[in-house]
Formats: sequence, structure tokens, C-alpha cells
Amino acid sequence: MKLNGMKRIIFEVIAIVLSIIIFWVPFCFVIVNSLKNKTDAAQLDLSWPTSIQWSNYKEVLIAQDHMVIRSFINSTLITLLSIAILIVVSAMTGYVLQRRNDRWSGVIQFLVMAGLMIPPAVVPTIWVLDSIHLFKTMTGIVLVEVALGISFAVLLYRSFMATIPREIDEAAIVDGCGSMRMFFQMILPLLMPVTSTVIVLSSVGIYNDFVNPLYFFPGAKNATIQLTLYNFTSMYNTSWNLLFADIILISLPPLILFIFFNKRIVAGMTAGAVKG
Amino acid sequence: MQKAFITKTSKKFYTYKFLLPAGIIYFVLFLLPTLMSFFFSMTRWDLVDWDYIGFDNYKTFFSESSLNIGFRNTLVYAVVTCGLKVLLGLLLGVALTSGLRIKGYLRSVVFFPTLLSTIAVGIAFSSMMHPTQGLINKSLAFAGIVGPDWLGDTSIALLSVAFVDVWKGVGMATVIFIAGIMSIPEEYYEALQIDGGNAWDRFKHITNPLIAPAMNSVIILAFIGGLRSFDLVWAMTKGGPGFSTDLIASIIYKQYQGGFYGLSTAGNVILFIGVSLLAFPLLKLLSKREVDL
Repeated sequence: MKLNGMKRIIFEVIAIVLSIIIFWVPFCFVIVNSLKNKTDAAQLDLSWPTSIQWSNYKEVLIAQDHMVIRSFINSTLITLLSIAILIVVSAMTGYVLQRRNDRWSGVIQFLVMAGLMIPPAVVPTIWVLDSIHLFKTMTGIVLVEVALGISFAVLLYRSFMATIPREIDEAAIVDGCGSMRMFFQMILPLLMPVTSTVIVLSSVGIYNDFVNPLYFFPGAKNATIQLTLYNFTSMYNTSWNLLFADIILISLPPLILFIFFNKRIVAGMTAGAVKG
Repeated sequence: MQKAFITKTSKKFYTYKFLLPAGIIYFVLFLLPTLMSFFFSMTRWDLVDWDYIGFDNYKTFFSESSLNIGFRNTLVYAVVTCGLKVLLGLLLGVALTSGLRIKGYLRSVVFFPTLLSTIAVGIAFSSMMHPTQGLINKSLAFAGIVGPDWLGDTSIALLSVAFVDVWKGVGMATVIFIAGIMSIPEEYYEALQIDGGNAWDRFKHITNPLIAPAMNSVIILAFIGGLRSFDLVWAMTKGGPGFSTDLIASIIYKQYQGGFYGLSTAGNVILFIGVSLLAFPLLKLLSKREVDL
């Protein structure tokens, strides 16, 4: 479609108006109402607050003995630990699967890809976690996040490995590298572009994850940021201002990631999808 | 000599030992529970002891109307969300690869909701869909239209949630389509221009057949995503009013909460079989119509 002149301007104006109605109105709605007092926010309208109440944010942060702050620490820890493990184990897997091409690697590949489609079996997972004493523990939820993230990360690593020439491996072997040293000192640094994609995508996914913590990391002490928000819906069912303030606080980390890594996020999400 | 070198090195350097860390985690926390779910779905189970009861859980699942409503709802939800994401995503993808000067802005705006927390989006939209106070119905009233009770009316609640799902997820479909369209060589369009085709010809004869891989990805991702959906419905309606927005995944959660672990697991197995039965043939069917560049 090559548009020109008047037609293009009309098209652009329509697009801007639609984008404002469909996307900006909901954002603004949440922002202005998070700054109102309880009665004004109950009107659920788009008007500017009569007096701006930054104290809503403070109230949310200190509610229930700093629940939001504690859950933010939990979520951050889970996200960081999961990503660290996910990167090392998935990079190793993607590397070996791409470099080897025998009967076994095909079977393994199929099992890995199954993880992209099959819904995890919830209660049996709880049973397994419980039998290895990891149910309701940080370690448990981290390992679950890793297990459910492996498929996508391996897919990304494997397709990127194909772009790294085998001559590099051969040179390292001739120079007397061991298999461990070759992977950690030669290959892993070369995988940096995918690693950063995995970091950005998984951090958004794990940070926003609601279902897995709901099942595998229950209990008031353990709450993650998404569980806290969900619990606030019943606690603050008449205080929309506080609920919205919480939503804004929770959305800040993805917003910051988006501002800095917009291109990488889009590239990563499409990389697996289009080739696959 | 070269070949021998490669076989020898691949055994030694690309050792399957490297798969062990990922393999153990994936097996213990994903494959093993999946395998065990087939057994536990045939038991009455309290996580400690189990009684084997054959197919009773499945029978319950298929006969109870509060449970089997989930099949219909899940299918409707998956078809509606997937269909709209494909349609709108394709439309946006084509528009955002054309000569618009604001395409960078539009891409960001459309894509950003993908990164937001589903729970947050669900809460914000439930408040906007409030029957009397909500922004949507107030705007409609401005135009003299009496808006429906979006989330309280059993006949439209499921579609209302599906609409929010599309709002949040269409950015993903759009960027996949954009990547697909960008990968089509410019020469094809130039050739068509020489032959004198218009914009519709461009879409029909070049873009449409050549974005098949992107199209397949979007359909598969959106459809499986729809079948597995849980958090948005849970944040917005908890399956209500009545059971009108209960999806298989939310029923699994409800049965789990109620302590019916065997029944909950049976729901999981049904979802597993449903996803495989629908998604694998879909994948095959769709990949047949891919055109090689």
C-alpha cells in the first residue's frame, strides 16, 4: 500500500484517533483514578482529580505490613533466579541439540517442543513438589518457572546456534579446549544476543505470571506481586483509587523494560514464531 | 577424515551430559507430572492416598452441566479470540508496513499491552465495563445507547472477556505479521507493479500467500493460548455469572480449590487431549498451505 497526499493524512488522523480511544483512554483512566480520593474514584470517570492524592501510593505500599514491598522482593528474586538458571541450562541444551544431529536429538527436540503446547498438569506437579519438599518454597517455584520456560528458550538458542560457524568449535578443539571450557568460554559469550532476548522476555513473563505462583507458591508470607494485586481486589473492592495505584506500581517495571528494550522484545518474540 | 573428526568430536564435545541439568528439571517438573496425570485422573485422591475409581472422574466431567459447560465455553473463547487476533493483527500488520509516517508510534501503542500484567488489565477493564458507572456504558449513554451489563449478562460475559483478551494480545499477532510481511522480497511487489496490479492485488497475490508461516504461527499461538486461558477470566468474572464464563482451566482450579484433586487432574488430561487433538492437525493442515519463497 503506497498512500500519498490527502489520503495518507486522513488515514493517519483516523489511526491516531482510534489509538487514543482504544489504548490511551484505558491508561489515562487508571492513572487519573489512582490519584483521586475514594469517593471521586468511585465515579469511575475520566475527570481530572480535584486534589491530587499521592498518598494513595504510600497507602498501598505500607498496607498490611508492607505487603506490596515484600511481594515485590519475592517477585524480583523469583524472576532473577529463574532467569539465571534458565539461561545456563537452555543454552547448553540448545547448543548440543543444534550441533548433534542423530536419532536421539530428534526425539529430544520433539519432547522440548511439546512443552510449548501442552498445558502443565497442575495437581500432579504439586504432588511431585511436595514429595521432594519443595512445595510452597522459593526453590520450588523457581524450578517450575524454569521447567515451563525451557522449551521457548531452547528454541531460541538452538536457532541462533545455527548462525555460529562450526569452525570456531574446531579451532577451540585444536587449541586443546575441554568441552566445559569450550562451552563456557567460547560459545556462551557468542550467544549473548539471544541471552539478552531470553532475559527480557522471560523477565516479563515470570514477573507477570499469576497462575504458577497461585498453585505452587501459596500462602500469605510468600505472595508475589500478581497475587497481591489479585488479593487486593477483594480487600479494596470499594477503593478503586488504591487498586489502581497498585496497578500502576506493578506496571512500572514492564514499562521501563519496554522503553529500553522495545526493539529486542519484538525481535525475540517474532524470532521463534516466524521461523518455527 | 573430516567425517570421522566430526563424529568423534560430537560425542566428546557435544556431550549429552550438557542436557542433564535442563533434562532433569524438565522431566521432574513437567514430563513426569504430565505422565502421572493420566493415572491420578482415575483416582479419588487427597495428595497422600488414592483409590482407583476408573473413568468415574471423566464421567462426572462429561455429565455434570457445571463442568461440561467448560468445553463449549473454552472452544468459543479460543475461536473468538484467535479469529479476532488473526483478523485485526493482519489488518494492523498490513497498515503498519505501509507508508504511514506514524507507524513507529502505532506499533509501540499496539504492542505495549502485551507486556502488562493480565490481572491488572482484567481489573481495569472490569471497572470500565461496570453496567452503570463504567466508562464504556457512560460513553454509550452519551450517544443515547443503553449499554448492556458486559460482565453480568450470561449471554455476553464470555465475549466481553474475549474482547479484553484480544485488546491485550493483538499486539503479539501484529508484530508476527509485520515480521512476516517484512521478510517478503521487495522485487515481488515491483514485478506486480510492472504488470499493473492494484493494492488489493498486492495483498491477494503476494502478501497473503507469502505470509503463510506468520499466519500459521499466529493461529497456532492464539488458538492454544485461548484453549489454555485462565488468568484473565479469573481476574474479571471468576467463571461467573453462574458458570457462563467458566473455561476448562478455571474449572481445573475450582476443583483443585474444592479438594477434588482427581477430578481436577481429569480436567487437565481432557485439556491436554483437547489441545493435542485440535492443535496438531491444525498445525499439519496449516503448514500444507505454506508457499516456499
